[in-house]
Amino acid sequence: MNNNRINICFSKLKKENKSAFIAFLTACDPSFSMSLKLLKAMPKVGVDIIEIGMPFSDPMADGPVIQRSYIRALKSGASLIKTLNLVKNFRSTNNITPVVLMGYYNPILQMGLKKFINKAKASGVDGILIVDLPPEVSNELSLELSASKIDMIRLASPTTTLERMHSILKSSSGFIYYVSITGVTGSKINKILSIKKKYMYLKKLINIPFVIGFGINSPKKAHEISRYADGIVVGSDLIKEIEKGIENSSNIFNNVMSLVKKYSKAINK
Amino acid sequence: MKKGSYKKFPDKNGNFGQYGGRYVAETLMPLILELEKKYLFYKKDKKFNHEFSKLSKDYIGRPSPLYYAKNLTEYLGGAKIYFKRDELNHTGAHKINNCLGQVLLAVRMNKKRIIAETGAGQHGVATATVCALFGLECIVYMGKKDIERQKPNVFKMNLLGARIVPVESGSASLKDAMNEALRDWVSNVENTFYIIGTAAGPHPYPMMVRDFQSIIGKELKNQIIKKENRLPNSLVACIGGGSNSLGLFYNFLDDKKVSLYGVEAGGKGIKTGQHAASLSAGKPGVLHGNKTYLIQDNAGQIKEAHSISAGLDYPGIGPEHSWLKDTGRVKYVYANDKDAIKAFKICCKLEGIIPALEPAHALSFVLKFAAKQNKKHILVMNMCGRGDKDLDSIANHLNIKI
Ligand SMILES: Cc1ncc(COP(=O)(O)O)c(C=O)c1O
Repeated sequence: MNNNRINICFSKLKKENKSAFIAFLTACDPSFSMSLKLLKAMPKVGVDIIEIGMPFSDPMADGPVIQRSYIRALKSGASLIKTLNLVKNFRSTNNITPVVLMGYYNPILQMGLKKFINKAKASGVDGILIVDLPPEVSNELSLELSASKIDMIRLASPTTTLERMHSILKSSSGFIYYVSITGVTGSKINKILSIKKKYMYLKKLINIPFVIGFGINSPKKAHEISRYADGIVVGSDLIKEIEKGIENSSNIFNNVMSLVKKYSKAINK
Repeated sequence: MKKGSYKKFPDKNGNFGQYGGRYVAETLMPLILELEKKYLFYKKDKKFNHEFSKLSKDYIGRPSPLYYAKNLTEYLGGAKIYFKRDELNHTGAHKINNCLGQVLLAVRMNKKRIIAETGAGQHGVATATVCALFGLECIVYMGKKDIERQKPNVFKMNLLGARIVPVESGSASLKDAMNEALRDWVSNVENTFYIIGTAAGPHPYPMMVRDFQSIIGKELKNQIIKKENRLPNSLVACIGGGSNSLGLFYNFLDDKKVSLYGVEAGGKGIKTGQHAASLSAGKPGVLHGNKTYLIQDNAGQIKEAHSISAGLDYPGIGPEHSWLKDTGRVKYVYANDKDAIKAFKICCKLEGIIPALEPAHALSFVLKFAAKQNKKHILVMNMCGRGDKDLDSIANHLNIKI
């Protein structure tokens, strides 16, 4: 195992018997400067890993909250280059918290895989997760990635069979992201108990950290799931605070941070 | 199959050269793998094929006639023009060929809930129709903009018992309806079958839709041999996502002497940026589960397409076309909104056929191209839809109140 930020982070949490709090934000929603301010502040209140959404015009696996967030970001001038700049700026003040980029394949393809990976490496990106790039079609990118030591984070879902899990494992590193529900981001979790069952079933095969995301929309749920999962991803619920801030002109930064603190407390209770 | 055949694609991973593939979220992967397995099985199943043929004949009304457009031929004074009349199919377009095939598959896969995206509403109507026939729940995603401009089809879908979900995200047209349908599918994986309406999406859809539509070209081959005792010189079809054109072309791909022309929507003109000509003006990229030519900006964000024809208003194109373009086997051209309207009017007056705006694009190319050919040249155009659904749009465009 190489000594990258993601591995160090999970080993440390494991020793403390804690589950990772992974916060998702969209790059440049509503602006570059607000994103940067939030990124810098979050690790200070218990966020262990940051996932940054790379805005895309057609996010087919995302629900309305993240769709709107991508639209706001694109309107504010977001681009892949700016997202990478955001990471670079963040890295100049924080060299510990892992950063994972999450998004769709086309913007990366248009930049060029080599160029993207070189820039991501130089900016301090630790992992990438591309929603619409299952193992079957990711040979090209995997080849480029392996030399860079950036982790390829992959999804597993309730529809994933044991057989598929093997091929997902073979081409993943860092951690694996379990999509708790069949649905888009921001959907409701209906049967919280059934998540544990399937998670545990797949977990047997997995020798790297296995985190859970999608539909975790309350600190209470986060707490519940953090009792067995290696990590918890919270996205739409945080982004709703950005939306509220815009709608009623309240303080976006304070809104988001106060919710982040609640999650942080709930997860490591 | 012959070596070097164009017909042996896609490969087992759904690739047409560098195009196609399966670019979907993990949740959908097991589903499309299962669909592929089932499709490959039933494709060879006698009972399945028998039911498909029987309903094609008795319910859709196939084979569609091959009609010699004498007036148009004489008016242009060049090539001899035939129309393959898929607009006479039940529900008024070629779309039902594919819906019939997919619904037969859905029934065999025990799926009770059908979803579809639609642009012009033709695919929505065709899906709602086969769902009524088989007693299945039907949900159709349709852009808000398209609901406005294709009202008759919206009304038909309602009558047929489908539920229409208006899509307001993005450009509120076909691409966004497809996003919503994919989101629905990911959320309802157990009981839902997604009937994609064109030869796009993740593998196996581009192959499967092409196969079901290829009945068009198969019939044509028999019909033209009977009428002319030879193959045509050229085939022409309009291109939205590419299903009616592939349906027409597929059985002629290896007949290298037959020239193939696909006509995209040039909208207000390629230079204005307001068009739907992905092959003529786009770049390869990944959207809706496949790699293909897309209308996009330099940063890889998908742009809105523009066409007077809702059925062509899509910034992508089926991956097989991308490959056929790169190999040069099919030539791709485009017709602007204005040219399509002009062709539409000529067709009404000269042939007594009110075409849909989609094939009016193909016809616009035929008007220019046929006039330059000699009289021995035989051209077949796919008249893939009738114009009933477009009357509102056209009246609007001509500033006429109906
Ligand atoms: C009549 C008609 N023709 C053509 C099309 C374009 O689709 P495709 O290129 O898949 O044939 C449509 C789509 O709605 C249509 O309704």
